[in-house]
Amino acid sequence: MNVVIVGCGRVGAVLAGAFDDAGHRVTIIDTQTLAFDRLPSTFKGNAIRGNGTDEDVLRRAGTEGADLFLALTEGDNRNVMAAQVALEELGATKVIAKINDPVRARAYADLGMPTLCRTNLIADVVLALFGLPTSGAPGVMAPTGQHPGGEAHHDAPPTGGGHVATTEA
Amino acid sequence: MFVIVVGGGKVGYYLAKELIGAGHEVVLMEKDRARAAQITDEIGSIVVAQDGCEGKYLAEAGANRADIVAAVTGDDEDNLVICQMAKHHFDVPRTIARVNNPKNEHLFKHLGVDEIISPTRMILGSIEQDIPVHELLHLAALGHGELELIEAQLTADSPAVGQVAKDLDLPDGCAIFAVIRSEVAMPIRAETVLMEGDKVIAIGRPECEAALHGQLIGEAEGASPNVEVR
Repeated sequence: MNVVIVGCGRVGAVLAGAFDDAGHRVTIIDTQTLAFDRLPSTFKGNAIRGNGTDEDVLRRAGTEGADLFLALTEGDNRNVMAAQVALEELGATKVIAKINDPVRARAYADLGMPTLCRTNLIADVVLALFGLPTSGAPGVMAPTGQHPGGEAHHDAPPTGGGHVATTEA
Repeated sequence: MFVIVVGGGKVGYYLAKELIGAGHEVVLMEKDRARAAQITDEIGSIVVAQDGCEGKYLAEAGANRADIVAAVTGDDEDNLVICQMAKHHFDVPRTIARVNNPKNEHLFKHLGVDEIISPTRMILGSIEQDIPVHELLHLAALGHGELELIEAQLTADSPAVGQVAKDLDLPDGCAIFAVIRSEVAMPIRAETVLMEGDKVIAIGRPECEAALHGQLIGEAEGASPNVEVR
């Protein structure tokens, strides 16, 4: 698979290393070159310095026709925009945007964008441990609507499925 | 009309002020508390000191009954999210976004933003009226000036678009050898088909320029400006 990751934070670096180890072609983008220090020393993929919401940068990173595109920066809006550029302008096959604000995450899932909400993920693990009701959102919220203007680029998102409660308890 | 302006920078500030002057109802959203307080001091209590990207605060600002939401922050990604939230969650009839990177215009339109204002594009348009862009760009003079390296960007009107490189009628003493396409450089081979947007790199004697211009850019109107360049 061709994998493009925007944001070389902890999660981005771990995933880049893991996909690379598994033999996939990985390109990771960050605005800071220092961020690439987080990558494992064995990383054989590409690291590109640039703004991941910029279409030119994404094109250079091989987003056109990428099999998987992950937007994992610290900015919800940056992730939303990067993911929509990848999906709508560059035709990436599978796109996931990290959106930490649960309201916005739900809103974009309703718009047809697979979203990953760290807030819900962590809160649900804690709530499940203490037997309290969880948000019920699986790891990746399945798109429940059609992305505006988008054809069905995305089939089922690559979700771990199920509730965090059952996998973590 | 009831207008929600998101972003209290210079654009948002003067926009709100003008709208109020014209008798419209205005709410300005600015997430920076200090800036919000300053604007409140100057034009009155029309400011919601919250992030306009969040649905909760858009609701508090009255997005449910807004006629227009204008997203004029300095960040394209914020403006996009504001307009999408306004459109899809509050059914705001008209959304307007400021776009800084002209390349984002298409995406914004495609995703349903009603109006897009790009200051970059407007200034660019104004400059391009004065300086023709369909020009050959001199990259370097080689030797003692007997050869020069030239770049030509192909537009839709260029006669070379759609042509195979070997079919171009280039003057003697001049060669095209590389093309930059989507920021990737590649050699021009006999079978290379030239496309709109390509930057063609040529090398040749200065006197070949007019012919090169005719082949790659198209015949110049009136006096050929490239002759005067030298």
